[in-house]
Amino acid sequence: MYVAVKGGERAIENAHAWLAEERRGDPGVAELSLGQIREQLSLAVNRVMAEGSLYDPDLAALAIKQARGDLIEAIFLIRAYRTTLPRFGATEPLDTGEMACDRRISATFKDAPGGQVLGPTFDYTHRLLDFKLAAEGGEPNAPQAEPREAPMPHITGFLQGEGLIQQEADSGAAPRDLTREPLEFPADRPLRLQSLTRGDEGFILGMAYSTQRGYARNHAFVGELRIGTCAVEMEIPELGFAIEIGEVELTECETVNQFTGSKTEPPQFTRGYGLVFGQSERKSIAMALVDRALRWKELGEDDTGAPAQDEEFVLSHSDNIQATGFLEHIKLPHYVDFQSELELVRKLRREAQVSHREAAE
Amino acid sequence: MTAEHGQMTEYNFAYLDEQTKRMIRRAILKGLAIPGYQVPFASREMPMPYGWGTGGVQVSAATLTPEDRFKVIDQGADDTTNAVSIRKFFERTAGVETTEETAQATVIQTRHRIPEMPLTEDQILVYQVPIPEPLRFLEPRETETRKMHSLEEYGLMHVKLYEDIARHGAIATSYAYPVKVAGRYVMDPSPIPKFDNPKMEMAAIQLFGAGREQRIYALPPWTPVVSLDFEDYPFEPSKADHPCDLCGAEDSYLDEVILDDAGGRMFVCSDTDYCRSRREAGHAGRLSEEAA
Repeated sequence: MYVAVKGGERAIENAHAWLAEERRGDPGVAELSLGQIREQLSLAVNRVMAEGSLYDPDLAALAIKQARGDLIEAIFLIRAYRTTLPRFGATEPLDTGEMACDRRISATFKDAPGGQVLGPTFDYTHRLLDFKLAAEGGEPNAPQAEPREAPMPHITGFLQGEGLIQQEADSGAAPRDLTREPLEFPADRPLRLQSLTRGDEGFILGMAYSTQRGYARNHAFVGELRIGTCAVEMEIPELGFAIEIGEVELTECETVNQFTGSKTEPPQFTRGYGLVFGQSERKSIAMALVDRALRWKELGEDDTGAPAQDEEFVLSHSDNIQATGFLEHIKLPHYVDFQSELELVRKLRREAQVSHREAAE
Repeated sequence: MTAEHGQMTEYNFAYLDEQTKRMIRRAILKGLAIPGYQVPFASREMPMPYGWGTGGVQVSAATLTPEDRFKVIDQGADDTTNAVSIRKFFERTAGVETTEETAQATVIQTRHRIPEMPLTEDQILVYQVPIPEPLRFLEPRETETRKMHSLEEYGLMHVKLYEDIARHGAIATSYAYPVKVAGRYVMDPSPIPKFDNPKMEMAAIQLFGAGREQRIYALPPWTPVVSLDFEDYPFEPSKADHPCDLCGAEDSYLDEVILDDAGGRMFVCSDTDYCRSRREAGHAGRLSEEAA
């Protein structure tokens, strides 16, 4: 009877074997290659890279395959791998003004130098299932044009020229590293942005949405949203100068928010900022809205008590790897604690019955 | 880059790199210097989920040496699934000897129990901690609770215990029962049953690791540990009022096992090694024949 709890080791091994079989699915169906995942499920790959905080499309594809398409599980695999990697140093700050843009839109100006570039977007597709894809996709061909050579200027730069938008001061300080230091409160903005960019897309989206619905509303215009690739440069100590070591695809969103001014500031627009690995448009817009909401103290706004203004609430709960681990740990045995609760409830009931009887007598 | 990346065949001893271990050891030493104080540390992602012992695993990884003998228990048992998983992790990544015998182990990682057999000064007990902050369910904000600790402002906790008595006639906390250590910090003993609280004044070093919450705290040997109570409602460690049905022990913490759907049940030691060693020494309980 009691022996039933034995054999944990064999049960675990068998469970893993079954899992591997389920992951493969029907062997009569061709196995997915990492290249297929990387090329054809690229937005899933992007999300895994963004929340896994590791830019490597092949590893992200592997993680998605191994996780049977469970993206949070895939993100977990990437995080656990990432933490074992040695650190050689830090790259130079990226210049997103030099980004080779695939997409660049502004909701605040009808046109601006560089123009509105829609790029590969779902925005104006009609969400009708395309049954042709079920049979065969074919090889779609998009019309080509000459790429723009000159860099695409930031839209907020035009507002800045007139002093209409708040200037962000460069403190010059090296930002703290969320992956190497414990998160402590109050957190400064670089730390908050690090936390938001690797935070769960659904959570950040929900927080951002809540600000739009009036919980710390800070009406946001998308000043600019751009997607493209940026060169990553690193100074090599032996060389004494920076060289390009690769490039990353990024999505950047700058929001322009209303601001009526305060005792110390003349009326000015303010901004929220989102920067995410890959093509992660929803996430970067949401990040910018949450970033803006978290800046209430610095901008002299009222604390309305909204969740999105509360940095302890937002940052402590945005990490889906922490959240999913702790949530799911309640599956583990808790019978020792439960036993102590059982004893306590039995004792309290006994005492209550005795006193009830005494009262009746 | 290809799939080879994912298949690591070589690990540093006990998985973590040496820099990370040094960082964790610093936190442990600070914790030992200030018993009960929660030291923030830069917890790493581990290859098991947060909430499944990542804090304990990181503390064990920073504590183990190749000569150690390692024991892992969950709910007092060596063979519960997560204990098996963590033991295998260190067999694989540290190659240390493992044991199920409490007396043979030099480092014991535990979830929810303290072994029945008294530990010695040659042993280290590593606890897995889910929520290290004893004041968390009274005050959710870390900025506030840290202030309360630094000001030694523990009135809220006493009010909570008092309200329990007013409502239930007794302090209605049966596990993770708060303690005050070395007369200073109120500390969460991790979710051990309050039966285990008196054992915390012990010869072994006790280390507490909370991975997700990024905190480490510690108790040096024989640190005074007082379970919070009132003079007229003194702390009472409690257990099921039965002897063990397998080994007859009357002094061990018991698990209740449901035997059938007619209310039949048995009580067995939660500490499987304690129960086994007693049975091997010839002790028997009510159902020992039948179970054999």
